[in-house]
Amino acid sequence: MARRATFQKAINEALEQEMERDSSVIIMGEDVAGGTYTEGDSDAWGGPLGVTQGLYTKFGDRVMDTPISESAFIGAAIGAATCGLRPVAELMFIDFMGVCFDQIFNQAAKFRYMFGGKAETPVVIRTMIGAGFRAAAQHSQGLYPIFTHIPGLKVAVPSNPYDAKGLLIQSIRDNDPVIFCEHKMLYDMEGDLPEEPFSIPFGEANFIREGDDVTIVAIGRMVQMASEAGDALAQDGIQCEIVDPRTTSPLDEDSILESVEKTGRLVIVDESGPRCGMAADIASLVATQAFDDLKAPIQTVTPPHTPVPFNDFLEDLYIPDTERVVKAVRNIVKGN
Amino acid sequence: MLDLNRERLLQAYETMKTIREFEERVHIEFATGEIPGFVHLYAGEEASGTGVCMHLDDRDSIASTHRGHGHCIAKGVEVKGMMAEIYGKDTGTCRGKGGSMHIADLDKGMMGANGIVGGGPPLICGAALAKKTLKTGGIAIAFVGDGGSNQGTTFESLNLATIWNLPCIFVVENNGYAESTSSKWSVSLSGNATDRAAGFGMPGVEVDGHDFFAVYEAAGEAIERARNGGGPTLLECKLNRYYGHFEGDAQTYRPQDEVKNIRETKDCLELFRKKVTSDGIVDVSDLNAIDQKVMKLIEESVVEAKAAPNPAEQELLTDVYVSY
Repeated sequence: MARRATFQKAINEALEQEMERDSSVIIMGEDVAGGTYTEGDSDAWGGPLGVTQGLYTKFGDRVMDTPISESAFIGAAIGAATCGLRPVAELMFIDFMGVCFDQIFNQAAKFRYMFGGKAETPVVIRTMIGAGFRAAAQHSQGLYPIFTHIPGLKVAVPSNPYDAKGLLIQSIRDNDPVIFCEHKMLYDMEGDLPEEPFSIPFGEANFIREGDDVTIVAIGRMVQMASEAGDALAQDGIQCEIVDPRTTSPLDEDSILESVEKTGRLVIVDESGPRCGMAADIASLVATQAFDDLKAPIQTVTPPHTPVPFNDFLEDLYIPDTERVVKAVRNIVKGN
Repeated sequence: MLDLNRERLLQAYETMKTIREFEERVHIEFATGEIPGFVHLYAGEEASGTGVCMHLDDRDSIASTHRGHGHCIAKGVEVKGMMAEIYGKDTGTCRGKGGSMHIADLDKGMMGANGIVGGGPPLICGAALAKKTLKTGGIAIAFVGDGGSNQGTTFESLNLATIWNLPCIFVVENNGYAESTSSKWSVSLSGNATDRAAGFGMPGVEVDGHDFFAVYEAAGEAIERARNGGGPTLLECKLNRYYGHFEGDAQTYRPQDEVKNIRETKDCLELFRKKVTSDGIVDVSDLNAIDQKVMKLIEESVVEAKAAPNPAEQELLTDVYVSY
């Protein structure tokens, strides 16, 4: 029987194994060791949620605490990546992209193109995403579509421990800049997790469940909601095919189109916003490439076009839940 | 005269002269409308880039500014490729996909001119960290203008470089104007970026950026300190640009005859020629021979750039990713 472990353990293990394998891999970020220059434990925090715990003890100076200067250290990770290191920088919350975005989208993303194909920037920016933590509007967003929009960046949004480990190892070995998005509500999720290192190629969707009636494309934590909906609907004889793209850039367009060709119906469930978000993007893909396959209008299940609220009742309303997914599926199945 | 023998002096002169003639020619050619986009010329500031980069080799990295042509040439980027790049041609350093503001040659340690003011300093912290971690013996240098010296990226980088004790230098080329705004107003401490260094606990040195020898000496000390693990330095070169912020800038914010007076009294090439010939180390004929060589190179660069092909249609889609 495969080992069970958490999403958090998967990230930690991927980092540890890659640091063991390749001495050019370093980690930097706010409190990634925690305790630098304090009188207490030098491996005190391991990041705000303990994801990098133990790595400083094992790898010493290759795990670098930074000042709260995201522009400087995200930029430094990018500069170091062009000079022979493979930095993994931790941007504590994706919401903080606002204070360092230039280094990511104007610098890292564009070097290769602007420099005529002669640059490689193997940097990984790990960052926490998502609502549900009662963390309010500046610590809860799912902003990965903004990175997905930028040519030159790759974007991974794992939905389970296995994918988290495999995609992070791929991110570190990859020679392009990668934004690696970790949903804060998934850290405690348990799943099968092989102990040995392995990688998952980018741009290959995972079929969570197969079915002939409706395709549900779900990303990140929303794969859970889609799976629960799929289970509930199966009891009524509605067979959902659940496609988890795993990376939004590159996006496995072929798998989505092939599934829609089979089912003729599409529901997209995403926690990023409804405007210019992944749901709109995938809906556009299918509408322009596979309109003739569709038997019913595409349904999207997303949060509203609002900031993330603090109040728990409102935040729960904000986050797409299983019931909304079930309803969206029934909306387009009932006609037949 | 420092550690500069005759050969090194001629090398310094050739670099400065190449930058000057490159920029003077781009100024002329841009006016014809044949050069696309916009360009920011380094003419007048040659002693700074040259005096700093004379100490560097391919182990070392620099990040540049909008006004990057001079830094590129001083760091050894091939001149014909640069000219072709400015024309947007396939034979350009970046195959016509970067242009004037993005010329880079990572093999030479030139990490790019930069279209974002203050974009370079964080990158240079990373380059310096890589050199320190990988023990290459290299150092890294961020050039910023007086405008870039006011960006948060620069302040954050000064702090990070200090606390990580990075082998890097921040060279502030203060030419008096951030676009059209005086640095005496926009840079606190009456325009003295040097004085900010103390706030970060690093040495701050101000030099006359028209004087190659002053720049060379100050940069040499800072670079030696960085190479020996002594940490970062802020070096401010006070200098002037001969042209506008960009080509086409009417420069109505500058006093009449400002540039004319500087050209007559403080021109870095003239100061250099006077010094080395009066010291008797170099003959005027040696310098004139370099002038001829440089003029020929620039002429060929322009002729070849104009004749070079545009990138092929498929180049629109290549070089976005290593693999995708």
